[in-house]
Amino acid sequence: MRNGHESHEQPPGRASRIWKAIVMLLLWRLGGLRSPRRDEGSDIDPSHREVGAAEWAQRLVLLLLALIPVVALGFVALFVFDPNTQLLGASLGLVLALAAGALVLAGRWLVPQETSVEPRPRAGDSEAIKAVYERAAQGVQGITRRRLLVSAAGVAGAGLTAAVAIPVVALGPGLDDQLSSTPWRAGRALVDEHGNPILAASVIEGSFLTAFPRGADQENLGSPVVLVRVDPGSLSLPADRAGWAPEGILAYSKICTHAACAISLYRSPLSPSTQSRGPALVCPCHYSTFDVLDGGRVEFGPAGRPLPQLPLTIDTGGVLRAGGPMSGPVGPAWWGDSK
Amino acid sequence: MSSERRADPVAFVDERLGAARGLRFLMDYVFPDHWSFLLGEIALYSFVGLIATGTFLALFFNPDTTQVVYHGSYHALGGASMSGAYASTLHISFDVSGGLLARQVHHWAALVFVAAITLHLLRIVFTGAFRKPRDINYFIGVTLLVFAILEGFAGYSLPDDLLSGMGLAIAWGVAMSLPLIGGPFATALWGGRFPGSSAFESRLFIAHVFIIPAILAGLIAVHLAIITIQRHSQFPGPGRREDNVVGTPMWPGYALRSLGLLATVAAVLVLMGGLIQINPVWLWGPYHPYIGTNGAQPDWYLGWLIGALRIMPNLEIHAFGHTLVPNPFFGGVLFPGLVFGLLYALPWLDRRFISRDYRRHDLLERPRDNPRRSALAAAVLSAVAVVFAAGSADRLFFQFGFGYEGAIWFFRGAFLIVPVIVFMLTRRICLELAREERHPLRGWNGTIVERNAQGGFDSGSRIPAGVASRAETGPEDQRR
Amino acid sequence: MRRGLLALAAALCGGLALVQFAAAGGHETTTSSTARPRLSAALVSSGHALFESSCASCHGMGAQGIRGRGPSLRGVGALAADFYLQTGRMPLPSPRAQPLRTSPAFPQSQIRALIAYIASFGGPPVPVVYPRQGSLPEGQRLFGLDCAGCHTIQGQGGIVTGAIAPSLNQATPTQVAQAIRVGPYVMPHFGPGELSAGQIDSIARYVQSIQHPEDRGGWGIGRIGPIPEGMVAWLLAAAALLLIARLLGERTEEQRENHRPPKAP
Repeated sequence: MRNGHESHEQPPGRASRIWKAIVMLLLWRLGGLRSPRRDEGSDIDPSHREVGAAEWAQRLVLLLLALIPVVALGFVALFVFDPNTQLLGASLGLVLALAAGALVLAGRWLVPQETSVEPRPRAGDSEAIKAVYERAAQGVQGITRRRLLVSAAGVAGAGLTAAVAIPVVALGPGLDDQLSSTPWRAGRALVDEHGNPILAASVIEGSFLTAFPRGADQENLGSPVVLVRVDPGSLSLPADRAGWAPEGILAYSKICTHAACAISLYRSPLSPSTQSRGPALVCPCHYSTFDVLDGGRVEFGPAGRPLPQLPLTIDTGGVLRAGGPMSGPVGPAWWGDSK
Repeated sequence: MSSERRADPVAFVDERLGAARGLRFLMDYVFPDHWSFLLGEIALYSFVGLIATGTFLALFFNPDTTQVVYHGSYHALGGASMSGAYASTLHISFDVSGGLLARQVHHWAALVFVAAITLHLLRIVFTGAFRKPRDINYFIGVTLLVFAILEGFAGYSLPDDLLSGMGLAIAWGVAMSLPLIGGPFATALWGGRFPGSSAFESRLFIAHVFIIPAILAGLIAVHLAIITIQRHSQFPGPGRREDNVVGTPMWPGYALRSLGLLATVAAVLVLMGGLIQINPVWLWGPYHPYIGTNGAQPDWYLGWLIGALRIMPNLEIHAFGHTLVPNPFFGGVLFPGLVFGLLYALPWLDRRFISRDYRRHDLLERPRDNPRRSALAAAVLSAVAVVFAAGSADRLFFQFGFGYEGAIWFFRGAFLIVPVIVFMLTRRICLELAREERHPLRGWNGTIVERNAQGGFDSGSRIPAGVASRAETGPEDQRR
Repeated sequence: MRRGLLALAAALCGGLALVQFAAAGGHETTTSSTARPRLSAALVSSGHALFESSCASCHGMGAQGIRGRGPSLRGVGALAADFYLQTGRMPLPSPRAQPLRTSPAFPQSQIRALIAYIASFGGPPVPVVYPRQGSLPEGQRLFGLDCAGCHTIQGQGGIVTGAIAPSLNQATPTQVAQAIRVGPYVMPHFGPGELSAGQIDSIARYVQSIQHPEDRGGWGIGRIGPIPEGMVAWLLAAAALLLIARLLGERTEEQRENHRPPKAP
């Protein structure tokens, strides 16, 4: 142990000894305790040449080269008659490996091994730099309004660049309706992915369904909602959403307010007396967790906004319908969000 | 023309292009030898593999999001409704001879491409190769890394499968999170609100098969040209100076070894492409915005971003009743922006603060020769590594039972603490390694055994005081 | 809807037949329904005795449940009892632990007795599932919509905040149906109005297919996606290529010793 060198300092404390132990362990593992040979100087000539290919190397390279067309033929045959991915990969890979072997062997054991020295090209030649500036100055001799011309050229260049760059704007459509609209309106029926209306009676407690507005594009981010049923007594929705959950059936947007993934997990405790966590909708991307009893409040995770809730009504036929628009904008936040 | 003229290819070229002198220059051209100098070549040859397999794939892929009903040879999805892009990917995988091999080689090559660039970048940073005159080439290299990552993301998002579709949704959320401009920017790119118009798939396709590969190829060409002009850097050693290059000439040694490396990279990629399954999109199924799968992950080089998005607390900054900075901005834009900002600023930071050295350098430093820089690089790397690990905290929970929320808090703490520890540890190791080789006897407190005139051995004399004190400190041991 | 009801009735009859086999005898049960089989009183009472010794500490002496320890089992039926006992989820080491698949704690004869006892309180029988009558694409679609969020699209298992969603590699079609109807721990459950028996057939068929996937591309590395793929890229490809680079990079003895510490400034 090398702690003798500390003799002219304070005796090392315990923390310092532990630290040193870690360092020594890592040094040992990294193999750093071998010291490389010191050189003699940078003025020696390192040029070097070894000639002479071993016979075994020449034979081996010949063998490898000879095998290549054989295996390549095999690859060709497989490709035409039985293009099985594993066999194709193995045969072509073998061809390439044989080629690699031949090249590496040739490079290391066949051809002369040389170490050469070349001078590095000089750079930073102040004479040449000055010459460039002088030549440039010569090129604008005799022009009196130099400054004005240069400024005008600069402005012209900016204008030209703007003209060339502006077509990029064509990429974008008009914004405002797009990002905040959803197909949900009061009275719109909720349907499954086949378009069949969803009956309130078919949503049981502890289950979750995906629903869409009838007739709307299912790929629209504003469309999909998650339907769950909870015990009405356990709800603690905000006061202005009192009638939004008939019979304890809740609908929330299925699109996460963090980064637009589909909220496809529903944590639904079977026996609340042994499971401390309540029912929640969870997003599989970054595990933003939304409390369904509390209006979609963010319980955990990076989402910055609660999950938008859709008010529900049950019509006389027992079909679930929207009671109005969503409680807030759907999907990830942006500047133009209306709060 | 005389009939006695023998075929002379060099004369053929030289008489037309005057190329003989250039050829001789190239053949004499010296490459310094070290295994770590080959990492960039591994990346280059992976890129060659990407171009070759990518061209094949582009001849079959259909970048169309119109829904079709699938009736190909993968019966598990027979009759399912999916986009034309997904259907054409299934077609390539199951109905085109060698199609699945090409797809898998292409994807493995992409993973190895970015891995090789990363290792190459680490070598550059730890050996100080980014210093003048190579700082401009270094900027080109960092830019290549950015575009390689973007290219990979675009590539695996093209098939419109469930996993990559979720990734695109997150990318849209991150694009939206840019303060003020996020909404217009994201909808401009996507042609509307996510999942975007039918033009988006075409844009992704053109970006992936033309725009970004052209940028990559151009930057690589400039990168190689600058190396050729400046000559490669070299480690110090016998006969090696700042004003010369010592190593293997291009012909025959380096050309053969380089070609051998090309064949090796190709062999490894093809063997993996044939024998190890990657991105089996038929198992993920087609993407819809209203479905999601657990355990969806991006390709490895974006793992640091999913980690950042997961460990970031749910902060959103509001102003005047609007959302100024939505949450995905911190993990998806700010964090990678800071890391790449540090990378771009490194030559200046190194000149000004770390090494305090404005001179030109063609000789490299070993990591131990610059403890402060190595420690800083290791610390930043460890911070990124912690965030990477945080991105798979859900699998850690699944395998080992640590609670997810607890794991997230652990990674938040680790992100702050681990880089500090790594910094101190790396610096100490570098200093110790450097001291060790200068003074192998430092701290030695044994006894000297001397032969006496009678032929026996005397022991017990202590190490002379002068030697001991010289062994402890030397003129080189300045704090760096 | 009607087809679903018919299918459900068929499943019930099939399930009753199964319970008939298990009960090996026949007496009317106390709860009335259409054509319930007779559960042998001996089986029920031996199940009762077993229950008292193994289960009542959490579920109560009459299976009525103990608040804070275990829920009531009255009315859960053979469907739930068979699921929990055959997958070893019950008995649970502690009331708050997550029930996870292990080997069953009881031999089959005792399991039959316990099931008979629980079934004597009424409730759904063990479902009969016909995976071959299911549609694979429909199963894939339903699984993606309702199950993949927790279990991953390939059934490799995942997490939700607070619980693990187990992998489905060992789930039999019957167990798939049972879990869907019961919703163990924090899993949601789906009634016949949400997932009909025919749809469950399709889901079971899909689960069977993901238990034996084709893996056309070669070694499947777990089929969980980019994490193992990235690990292979680094630990296999990058490692192999680094080895080759080392082989190529330093050729001569002279070049291996090619570095020295910098001169003193």
